[in-house]
Amino acid sequence: QNVSVEVLDHLEHLALVDFRDSEGVERLQKAIQFADQLHEVNTDGVEPMDSVLEDRCLYLREDDVTEGNCTKELLENAREKVEEYFVAPPGNIPLPKLEERDTFLQGS
Amino acid sequence: AALKDGLRSQVSAALKEGRVTPTELCQRCLALIRSTKFLNAYITVAEETALKQAEESEERYKRGQPLGILDGIPIAVKDNFNTAGIETTCASNMLKGYISPYNATVVQKLLDHGAVLLGKTNLDEFAMGSGSTDGVFGPVRNPWSYSKQYKEKSVPKPCSEDEESDWVITGGSSGGSAAAVSSFTCFAALGSDTGGSTRNPAAHCGVVGLKPTYGLISRHGLIPLVNSMDVPGILTRCVDDAAVLLGSLAGHDPKDSTTIQDDFKPFELPNLTDISKLSIGIPKEYHAPGLSSEILALWSKAADLFKMAGAKVVEVSLPHTRYSIVCYHVLCTAEVASNMARFDGLEYGHRSDMKDSTESMYAATRREGFNDVVRGRILSGNYFLLKQNYEKYFVKAQKVRRLIANDFVKVFRSGVDILLTPTTLSDAAPYTEFIQEDNRTRSAQDDILTQAANMAGLPAINVPTALSERGLPVGLQFIGRSFQEKQLLTVAKWFEKQVQFPVIQLEEVKRHDNGVFQHQKSASFS
Repeated sequence: QNVSVEVLDHLEHLALVDFRDSEGVERLQKAIQFADQLHEVNTDGVEPMDSVLEDRCLYLREDDVTEGNCTKELLENAREKVEEYFVAPPGNIPLPKLEERDTFLQGS
Repeated sequence: AALKDGLRSQVSAALKEGRVTPTELCQRCLALIRSTKFLNAYITVAEETALKQAEESEERYKRGQPLGILDGIPIAVKDNFNTAGIETTCASNMLKGYISPYNATVVQKLLDHGAVLLGKTNLDEFAMGSGSTDGVFGPVRNPWSYSKQYKEKSVPKPCSEDEESDWVITGGSSGGSAAAVSSFTCFAALGSDTGGSTRNPAAHCGVVGLKPTYGLISRHGLIPLVNSMDVPGILTRCVDDAAVLLGSLAGHDPKDSTTIQDDFKPFELPNLTDISKLSIGIPKEYHAPGLSSEILALWSKAADLFKMAGAKVVEVSLPHTRYSIVCYHVLCTAEVASNMARFDGLEYGHRSDMKDSTESMYAATRREGFNDVVRGRILSGNYFLLKQNYEKYFVKAQKVRRLIANDFVKVFRSGVDILLTPTTLSDAAPYTEFIQEDNRTRSAQDDILTQAANMAGLPAINVPTALSERGLPVGLQFIGRSFQEKQLLTVAKWFEKQVQFPVIQLEEVKRHDNGVFQHQKSASFS
């Protein structure tokens, strides 16, 4: 019933967030247990509901530019930038594998 | 004007006639904020800009051209709404130092009506929680902890040190906003409501908390938690004031495609005298496990009140009520996993010093920026969205959501106009007791009575009803039909008049720590 280390590792990769300690993993286990109650409900023939406004039409508007030109404001909150670019560290470098990462899961 | 006066009926007239000026109001509120700092209701107080706004309002009144009832009225805004030029933190390290480049639509609307923005209020981090205890700026204290009514009922502690440890929580996640309104530091405050985050603290703090119909008020600029359930919430001291606020906020916003396009006409609430045509539904499933006998009795009494006044009061059933929390748990974490993905340190907010790679920078930033609760929900959400789990959990929850929404449709179709339920299971818990359980458990317990309205997108309101045996506020909840806020508020206003909820009597507060806070004088609120 417990979630495997592979899945936990996979989740850390997907979420880019760490479990941090055994409490974090416990938290997930409890959350799954809690969610399992859903299976008590009979949902045969029931359509999933995305939005309570599903009976209404999404409105469309004219394809006209109504705002923009706010480069300065948008750059203000970024820590690292060069001219009008946000600067990121090198991409295309995958996160280290489980064995090499500094993660709580390593010990598992 | 007394700080406890109603906006439409008294304050507006006082301002127009010059008996009080916007700057006076603003200064009194700012002074109160300072003297109630121990409540920790505010994260940011925008003193300079508020005074400037008040001065501009005063000019308008002098010219005889006020913008409306809200002109010059001090209000507070929960710190998950963007406010241009003012820090917006969501009580998280992730957004510490983030200065919004724009105003949320609801904030802009309030400013356009001349309201004076006093500051940003405290909350649970990213609005995740039901206590307003899990933000990085610390917990919010319920003003009623310092009320004569509460102190009279508490067992005196032998050691004076303990005086500070039995304060009670505000509920959450809009606890700061509720405390701000409850302690008279503002006339109204904005909160947000995803699972009960406006109604829950409203009940615990003895104020009116309105959750409007999903799609009525714009979410543009409200930092999202669950896109399909979030709504801006309104906290005020009386139902009439909530109607005033609603009038200035509701309506289609081209910047939020989930707002409906129907014309919205602001309304005044009539004073109901004849409720014989009204049908009140009492959903039996809301007699939830853990509901205190006190609140059960109050709920019963309220139902009788309606009956004796001539309304039709019927028991109804919403059979899927008990699955609402589980359903919410899955849908909420799933949407949170998606909504929190934007926080990567690149464009705004906290950024880690890690430079090895983009991914490792993102991971470190999020590791440093989010608290346990947020990280926990992101990870759970991602779990439920995994390919192997998607149908089993996420889609399943969406199906259960439809069943929950349909329960309400059936009941309203059967002729019931309004549902009457408790808002919370008990009165506010002491902080030391509340933190014994973890956030998720608490939320699951506390949201049980409020969550389903978010599932179905229905309008709901908490009306403060009476004081508990401990001298703390207890509220009852009314749930209405979609977009029938006028009917909902009219009934709420009638009920409010019947129950005559007492005014909080804030006591002197002595602080023993470092002399940082002075001996507080009990403010005279008139």
